[in-house]
Amino acid sequence: MKRAVALIAVAIAVAIGATIVAGRDDPGSGTVADRARDIAAGLRCPVCLNLSVADSPSRLAGEMRAAIASRVRSGETDEEIRAYFVDRYGEWILLEPTRRGLNLLPWALPVVALVAGLAVWLALVRRRPQRDDMAVSQSERRRIEHELRGLEEST
Amino acid sequence: MNARRWRVVVITAVPVLALVLLLASGIGNDPRDVPSELVAGRAPSFSLPSLTGDETISSADLGGQAVVLNFWASWCVPCREEHGALDAAWDRYRERGVVVLGVNVEDARPDALEYVEEFGGSWPLVTDPGSRTSIAFGRFGVPETFVIAPDGTIVAKMVGAVTYEWLVDKIEGALRSEATS
Repeated sequence: MKRAVALIAVAIAVAIGATIVAGRDDPGSGTVADRARDIAAGLRCPVCLNLSVADSPSRLAGEMRAAIASRVRSGETDEEIRAYFVDRYGEWILLEPTRRGLNLLPWALPVVALVAGLAVWLALVRRRPQRDDMAVSQSERRRIEHELRGLEEST
Repeated sequence: MNARRWRVVVITAVPVLALVLLLASGIGNDPRDVPSELVAGRAPSFSLPSLTGDETISSADLGGQAVVLNFWASWCVPCREEHGALDAAWDRYRERGVVVLGVNVEDARPDALEYVEEFGGSWPLVTDPGSRTSIAFGRFGVPETFVIAPDGTIVAKMVGAVTYEWLVDKIEGALRSEATS
């Protein structure tokens, strides 16, 4: 039992750690084209439905890709370029919201639900009647033995 | 129903009800109604070639004047719907120093010129090479209209066709903000 709880605790810790590591931004390595494409892939195309700037065939998205590449070449960091678009379009432009404030809810809720589920499970397990409480009474034992004997005789 | 069963019902129903209310709160929202980050902020500067290509109009040239910056295209149906409202506002406010500036975007120049010939309108028209000004203003589509106060503050933004009443209300607001500042 204690081992199971410890394993679950470790699994939760690993999940939280992986989420934090995955949330870290790339410091901005790679070629201009790679960086521009990565940034464009994280921005929502303003004139399409649910397409990134990288994937959209629209003219505005194409010109946004050119603007991103130009900013990469001029030495701006990925974060600065994303901030430029957020300043104009709001956080709506980000396909993945920033991980702060209320935006953390989608990441935090599964962990909270897991911990709450674990707590409920532990509470139910602790409440379960012990084996002694389930002892069979003398009359029930006699009835069971009687029925078993009946079974053996019939076979 | 005994107390234990009630407790189970409440424990199950409360989160479900909360989730339903959360989802229901968004049902009436217009997915295209995106609040602008720029309203109440300073308008980005711009320098744009005129549609006829013979001059350049920059934000510096318009300093101290209220500006109605209207992004449009000849292929855009709502742009045709709002054309009369822009025309009427231009007629009413040009003497008071208000400038309507039409920014033609994502369009072919001959089509844009043909549109102007068909619908009329004498306010200045410019183009937006590379959509740089569109991006600087956070434009989503066309038509889109910004009302800029004489001090350079964006006082209003409309996504979609504007009405004459909306323009009058926002231009008067922009002119009042100048009077009180």
